[in-house]
Amino acid sequence: MSLLFAALFYAAAAVFVAGLARKIVQYARTPAPLVIPTTPAPRTRSGVALRMLREVALFESLFRANKWIWLFGWTFHVALALVLLRHLRYFQEPLWEAVALAQPFGVYAGFAMLASLGGLWARRFVVERIRYISTISDHLMLALLVAIAASGLGMKYVAPTDVVAVKAFMLGLLRFEVEPLPSDPLLLVHLALVALLIAIFPASKLLHAPGVFFSPTRNQPDDARERRHVAAWAKE
Amino acid sequence: MAAAAQVQAPPLKEYPVIPILQKDAMAGSRPYVAPEKVNEALGFPGKLVEDWHDRAIAKMGELLGKYRSLRVFLDACVHCGACTDKCHYFLGTGDPKNMPVARQELVRKVYRRYFTLAGRLFPKLVGAEDLTEEVLEDWYRYFNQCSECRRCSVYCPYGIDTAEITMAAKEIMDSIGLGQKYTNEILGKVHKVGNNLGLPGPALENTLETLAEEVKEDTGMDVRFPLDEKGAEVLVVTPSADFFAEPHVYSLVGYAKVFHAAGISWTLSSHASEAGNFGLFIGSYEQMRAIAKRVREAALELGVKRIVVGECGHAWRVAYSFWNTLIGPFDFLDPRYPAPQHICELTWDLIRRGAIRFDKEKNDHRIVTFHDSCNVARGAGMGGIPGGQFIIPREIIRAACNHFYDMAPETIHEHTYCCGGGGGLLTDELLELRVKGALPRMEALKAVVDAHGVNFMATICAICKAQFSKVLPYYKFDMSMIGGVHQLVGDAIRLGESR
Repeated sequence: MSLLFAALFYAAAAVFVAGLARKIVQYARTPAPLVIPTTPAPRTRSGVALRMLREVALFESLFRANKWIWLFGWTFHVALALVLLRHLRYFQEPLWEAVALAQPFGVYAGFAMLASLGGLWARRFVVERIRYISTISDHLMLALLVAIAASGLGMKYVAPTDVVAVKAFMLGLLRFEVEPLPSDPLLLVHLALVALLIAIFPASKLLHAPGVFFSPTRNQPDDARERRHVAAWAKE
Repeated sequence: MAAAAQVQAPPLKEYPVIPILQKDAMAGSRPYVAPEKVNEALGFPGKLVEDWHDRAIAKMGELLGKYRSLRVFLDACVHCGACTDKCHYFLGTGDPKNMPVARQELVRKVYRRYFTLAGRLFPKLVGAEDLTEEVLEDWYRYFNQCSECRRCSVYCPYGIDTAEITMAAKEIMDSIGLGQKYTNEILGKVHKVGNNLGLPGPALENTLETLAEEVKEDTGMDVRFPLDEKGAEVLVVTPSADFFAEPHVYSLVGYAKVFHAAGISWTLSSHASEAGNFGLFIGSYEQMRAIAKRVREAALELGVKRIVVGECGHAWRVAYSFWNTLIGPFDFLDPRYPAPQHICELTWDLIRRGAIRFDKEKNDHRIVTFHDSCNVARGAGMGGIPGGQFIIPREIIRAACNHFYDMAPETIHEHTYCCGGGGGLLTDELLELRVKGALPRMEALKAVVDAHGVNFMATICAICKAQFSKVLPYYKFDMSMIGGVHQLVGDAIRLGESR
């Protein structure tokens, strides 16, 4: 079992890294032949960096669009970040200060994550417009995230596992050594689903994460009258 | 016009309400397909080619390699729904395929099927679909129900711009012989004659002479409307509607009066007698560049020092955002002025320097509001300052009029609603779409009409002017409520003592 999960994680990580690298290279290499920033567009590169920061950290455009989606979406992402920070403890010895500090918040964040996923999912049923645009994979993605969060919280509150052994297993993976993994069903489900999420990242809508940084309407400065932007394919 | 008479405007509501979905409500809205000769003149296949499926997919692959916007936008959408209530055509029709995300999905589902692993392996799961005849038909219908106004892009957390996807779809359709008649006919005219209306040089000359005579009668002043005058300081490139259509022509008179009052020599060009550039609407870089080139050629030929663009929304986007790239560098122009410059930038500069003055009371019969045109608002700038495209036209109006009221903040500036006729949809067979698409703007207008007695909506776009002239009556407004910013300028500007 330990061997199987070790293989699973290596495979998932390999797919993640290779797939994501391929997409990022593809985005970076595809030219943006015309200047198409959307108003309000900053006029300088530093302005663009600030806009991108607001977009990624605060979801500025989404806030302007729809307060409910923003509330659920932003809460989910912040909670996820805290949960990931908390989980770093399984991969380092000794811990970073931030990781140690994040431990209690990470637990609350787990609940916030579940609640916000519930909100996002409810919208897919309740709001007619969003029901119309939802595909099976949209529902499955939410199901996957809910299952991961629920199984994680389940281990915290219902059926604890031997976290010391889990940590030893994870630290072992980093050294390319396979340590014994506890075989609690909840843990195995949790880990299998996480591996699945990692593996499908580069082939799914999770590509919005790298995509936002390459979005020409957000990452271009409004400097078209000052600078020419001729793409290689458009040269005469 | 029997069909037009049947078009019913939706009722104006006190508060905007997001409509209940009405599936296929606009499935019947479909512009005429371009005739063979029209397509062929542009280098497109005359009619739908035999192997359209393979060629469409190949074209999609080509565009994915040429445009990062398309590549990223097709991957990044998470179906969050932020855009679903942002499109004026959706708000006016309730057709779910007019929700930006649903419109994008028409292309995205094909992209997934042919260009992604998940779509190849599990099409049902991820919403991937083959490019069938039905899908192509949906493309033709619904990408001709997008005015490329980019309002959805303002609100998308990833900045996904449906206009980029609409342009790609139109480019693919043109490449397999499924061009749209109105747009492609206009493209043919501009290549052949130099403007969208197909007005030849002599007709232009006549029109301008008549205008000069009319202004002389009105004011007693010899305001000139020069054409092809070598050595003029400024070349004015303006939408050809300004030469003959109402209310457009009043703005042309306004430009002429500004140049007259400021003592700046200027000229129009018969070679580049069109600011509009429908190459944008069909997403064709080559078409857009070829049309823009006429402006560079005219400027060089006439030896002007500045290029100024008249009141036209998409033309200003192309000029401001694309000209430097397409036909630059403008190193032959006077570096003290932005190249190109908008007529509003020029007028505002003169106002600030005290070079032109107004008798504002001449506009006292007007209570004015301003409609931000989508391409100016979201795809261009003015004055080199953030939000200049919102500030400058309003400041000009305030300088020329005593009564000005803005519409509701969520309907102006970058949140502005399209007039309903942009993107190459300003054609009679799409009248139902155009009337319904104007609904959000009409609701915002009604609010200021009721609250402040607004009786004039100024704008700086030829398409907006033509569209509103047509659809205002459907909403029980007077069609003469719409006009240009330079119409207001022209009516109040001091021309000096008549001799």
